[in-house]
Amino acid sequence: MITLEKNPNAETLDAVVIRFVGDSGDGMQLTGTQFSDTSAMFGNDVATFPNYPSEIRAPQGSLYGVSGFQVHIGSVEVSTPGDNLDLLVAMNPAGLKTNLYAVKPGNTIIIDSDSFTKKNLEKAQYDSNPLEDGSLENYRVVQVPMTSLTKEALKDVEGLDNKSITRSKNMFALGMVYWLYDRNPEHTIEFFQKKFKTKPHLIEANTKVLNAGFFYAETIELIPNSYSISPAKMKEGTYRIIMGNTATAWGFLAAAEKSGRELFLGSYPITPATDILHELVKHKHFGVKAFQAEDEIAGISSAIGASFAGDLAITTTSGPGLALKGEALGLAVMIELPLVVVNVQRGGPSTGLPTKTEQSDLMQAMYGRNGESPVIVIAASTPANCFNFAYEASRLALEHMTPVVLLTDGYIANGSAPWKIKSLEEMPEIRNNLVNEVKENWHPYDRNEDTLARNWAIPGTPGLEHRVGGLEKDRITGDVSHVPENHEIMTYTRAEKVKRVENYIPEIQPEFAQEGDLLVIGWGGTYGSLHSAVKQIVEEEGYKNIGFAHFNYINPLPKNTGELLSRFKKILVCELNNGQFVNVLRMNFEEQKFHQFNKIQGLPFANSELIEKFKQIAK
Amino acid sequence: METTVKKYTYKDFANDQEVRWCPGCDDYVILRSVQKALPETGVKKEDVVFISGIGCSSRFPYYMGTYGMHGIHGRAPAIASGVKLANPDLSVWVITGDGDSMAIGGNHFIHVLRRNIDLNIILFNNEIYGLTKGQFSPTSLVGQKTKSSPYGNTQPPFQPGELAIGAKARFFARIGGNAPKEMTDIFIEAQKFKGTSLVEVLQNCVIFNDGCYVKYTDKKVREDKQLFVEHGKPMIFGKNKDQGLILNGLKLETVTIGENGVTEEDILIHDAKTEDPTMHQMLVRLEDPLVTGIIRSFQDVTLEEREDALTAQIKAKSEFRKTDDLFFSGETYQVN
Repeated sequence: MITLEKNPNAETLDAVVIRFVGDSGDGMQLTGTQFSDTSAMFGNDVATFPNYPSEIRAPQGSLYGVSGFQVHIGSVEVSTPGDNLDLLVAMNPAGLKTNLYAVKPGNTIIIDSDSFTKKNLEKAQYDSNPLEDGSLENYRVVQVPMTSLTKEALKDVEGLDNKSITRSKNMFALGMVYWLYDRNPEHTIEFFQKKFKTKPHLIEANTKVLNAGFFYAETIELIPNSYSISPAKMKEGTYRIIMGNTATAWGFLAAAEKSGRELFLGSYPITPATDILHELVKHKHFGVKAFQAEDEIAGISSAIGASFAGDLAITTTSGPGLALKGEALGLAVMIELPLVVVNVQRGGPSTGLPTKTEQSDLMQAMYGRNGESPVIVIAASTPANCFNFAYEASRLALEHMTPVVLLTDGYIANGSAPWKIKSLEEMPEIRNNLVNEVKENWHPYDRNEDTLARNWAIPGTPGLEHRVGGLEKDRITGDVSHVPENHEIMTYTRAEKVKRVENYIPEIQPEFAQEGDLLVIGWGGTYGSLHSAVKQIVEEEGYKNIGFAHFNYINPLPKNTGELLSRFKKILVCELNNGQFVNVLRMNFEEQKFHQFNKIQGLPFANSELIEKFKQIAK
Repeated sequence: METTVKKYTYKDFANDQEVRWCPGCDDYVILRSVQKALPETGVKKEDVVFISGIGCSSRFPYYMGTYGMHGIHGRAPAIASGVKLANPDLSVWVITGDGDSMAIGGNHFIHVLRRNIDLNIILFNNEIYGLTKGQFSPTSLVGQKTKSSPYGNTQPPFQPGELAIGAKARFFARIGGNAPKEMTDIFIEAQKFKGTSLVEVLQNCVIFNDGCYVKYTDKKVREDKQLFVEHGKPMIFGKNKDQGLILNGLKLETVTIGENGVTEEDILIHDAKTEDPTMHQMLVRLEDPLVTGIIRSFQDVTLEEREDALTAQIKAKSEFRKTDDLFFSGETYQVN
C-alpha cells in the first residue's frame, strides 16, 4: 500500500474518470451530479453515467445494493463516461468489492475507513479486511475516517439527528475530490442554498462538511494538486448539462412549438424510459397533454386517437412495451397517421436487464408487427443529440404521415453531457399535410406526389368527414376494399412512402479515413465508445486507413450507404446485440462481406476491446 | 359544443356505404337510433367522431357520415380518450361489443369509466362472439352451448352494469335492441351527459344466439318483464301498471299495488342522479323484472375539466411561454 506522500508521477491530465460508489442511500448520484455540473461550468467536456440497482432500497451494505455514478471530465473532447477509473471513491466495502475491477493498478481509491466494520465486511462477503490483508497493494489507497470526521465537523451544528449527520458524509468525499481536481466548491454551496431554502441548519451542515472534506484533503496534501484539467475547446455558445431522456423530451417540446401542433404523450411507466414521461408532465404551461394510461397498449392507442384529432402524438416505452404496442403500431401504419414511438432500449428478452443497456430491439422496431408494415426507424447516438432526433422523428412523422420509431438506449438516456442549447430559430421547419378546404372529389388517401404522404383532415373540419380503420383501403376512395390488386398496390405504396424518406434525410458522412482498409460501422448509442476508439487507433496508433461511419437513420438507410461501403476493403459492424444492424446491411447489400463485433453484457463497449478488435480485422 | 344553425336529419349522419350486417340484426336498429338521436343533440356533424374496436358492431363507424375510426380489438376506449383529450370540443362515441369491451378490452373499459372522460359508449351486448362465428363471450351464460363450449359454457358471466358501476361509471343505461324510440332518447341523454356515459343495448344476434333476450324483450312479455326507470318517477311496471319495487330489508322486492294495503306511495322513486351507487347496483342485478332505462346518471367532474383547470393554473404561474425560455433557464454556462 502506498503511503500518502508526494506522488512523483503526478501529471497534468487531459481527462480523468471518477466513480463514486456506495450504498443506495449514500447519495452517490447527487455527489456525482454535483461534481460533473461543477466541472461543466468550469468549462470541461463531461460525460456521465449512473449505475444503480433495480431494487429501490436494497439491504444496506449488500453487494447488489451498490449505487454508483461515473463521470468523465476532460480538457479534450470526451465522448463516453470512460472505461478505466483514475479515481474510485468507495463509501463501503460492498462498493469497493463490486467496482475494484475498473481501477487500473497504480490508480487511486479513496475509502471511508469507518465503514469497513466486521459487519459490513461480512455483508460484502469479504473473508478478510482488504485494507489490512495486502490485496490492495497495487493501488494508491487513501483511507479516510469520513464518518467520524463528518461527525466531528458537525458537533456544533444544532438541530441535526444522527441520521442526517451520517448521510452528509458524501459531501465530505465530494469536498476532497474538489480539492484534488482543483474545483471550486461554490457551485455546490449555491445548490445547498437553493435546495434547503427553508432549512438553514441543513445548508450550514452540508457546507461545513463539504469544506471539511476540502480542507482535510489540503491538510494531508492528499496527492499533489497537479491533476488540473483545463477547460475543453468547445464551440462558442450557451451550454447546459443534459440527460438523454430530458433531451428527448425537450426535442418533442421544440417540435410541437415549431410545427404549431399541440403535443400529446400517451405513456405507461417502464424503466429506463419513464423519465421522458416525468419530464413532459411538468410542461403543462406549453399545453403538453401527458396522459399516463392504464397500460402500454392504451399509451399508444390514446396517442393514435390524439394524432387522428390533429396533435403531434408520441408514446414512450422500452423493449417489452414496444412488444405490447406492436398491433397498435400496425394500425397507425395502416391508417397512415403521424406518430412517434420512443423505445429506450434495455437488455432483453422478456424483462431481461431493465437497468442495463443493449441495442437488441432494432429488429423489433423494423419488423415487430403483423403484415407488411414498414415504419421509419431512427436512432439517437449521444445524450445531447437525443434532442435532435426526437425533433427529427417528429418532423418525419408529420411530413410523411407515418409512424416513426426512435431508438435510444439506457446508456445515453441516463447519461448526461454538455448540450449547446438550440434555440427554436435554429431548428429546421416542420411542414405538415393538414387540409381544411373542401374540394370536389376529395379523398382521405389523396397523396402528396413527392412524398406519397396522405393528407390529414382532422375532426372539426366541415365537409371532410371520413372514416379510417385497420381494414385495407381502396387506394383512391379510402373505402374498405378486399380487392387483391388493390391490396398489393397499397402494400407497395406504404413501402415506397417510407423508402422515399431517403430523399429528405442527410447522406452519411464517414469520419477519419474516407476510403481505405477498414470501415468501422456503428449505430445509435455506441457513438461515443466507437468514436473514441477509432480516434485513438487512427491518431495515436497510426492506422490512417480506418474510417468510421455511425448511422442514425436505419430505415430507410441514407442514400449513399452502398457507395460508402464500396470505398473500403473491410467492414466491421459493432453492436451491443447479437448482430441486428449487420443483418439489415447484409439484406440490403448482398455483395458486401461484413465482419461483426458484438457485446451482450448489458454494458457499453470498452475502449480496449474495440481497439483489439479493430487491429485484428485491420491486419 | 356550439349549437348548430342547420337542422340536421338522420340522413346527414348516414353515408353511401352499403350496410353489411345480417338481415334482421338489431345493429340496424341501433345505427338508425344513433342517426336519429344526433340531430336532436345540437352537435355539429363535423364535430362528431365514432371510434370502434373489432367485432360485428365495430363496423359501425363505416356506416356513419361523421369522422370515424375502426380501431383494433378492445382498444376503442383508449383511442377515443386520445381523441377527446386532444380536442375536448368533439363529441366522441365508442362502439363496442361484449367481447371487445369486457374480454380483450376489459382493462381499457374499466379505466375509461374510472377516469370519467366525456365519451359516449354504446355496448352491443349479444352474449356471443359473432364475427368469429359463435364462441362464448364474457357475458354468455353458464351452460350456454357455443362453438367453443359444445358441452356448455363453464365460465360465469359478467353483468356489464355491475362491472361498470363497480368501475365508477357515472352514467349507465340499458335498453332492449328492439326499442328504437327509448333507445334514441337514451342516446340523446348520453350525449348531453358530461362524463363517460355507457349504454348497454341488449342486442339480439339472429345467427349465433337468436332469442337470447326474448324473455325480456318480446312484445308480449316486455311490459311485465321489464321495468323502464325514469329519474324522479316511481318504479312501476307491468301491463296494468300495478307492479312496483319496494325495499325489504336489504333486498328489492316486487309488490302489487292494491294488494296487501300497498299503494303507489309505497313504491320506490328512482333517483338516477345520486352519487351513492348502492341502489343502482341493486337495480342492474335485478333479473325479474329486468331494469331498463337510465339507471345511473350522477354528474361528476370530468377528466378534461380537471386537466383544463390544472393547465390554466400552471400557465398562469409559469414564467415559460416558449421552449427557449425553458432551454435557457436555470443552470446554463457560457463557452467563449
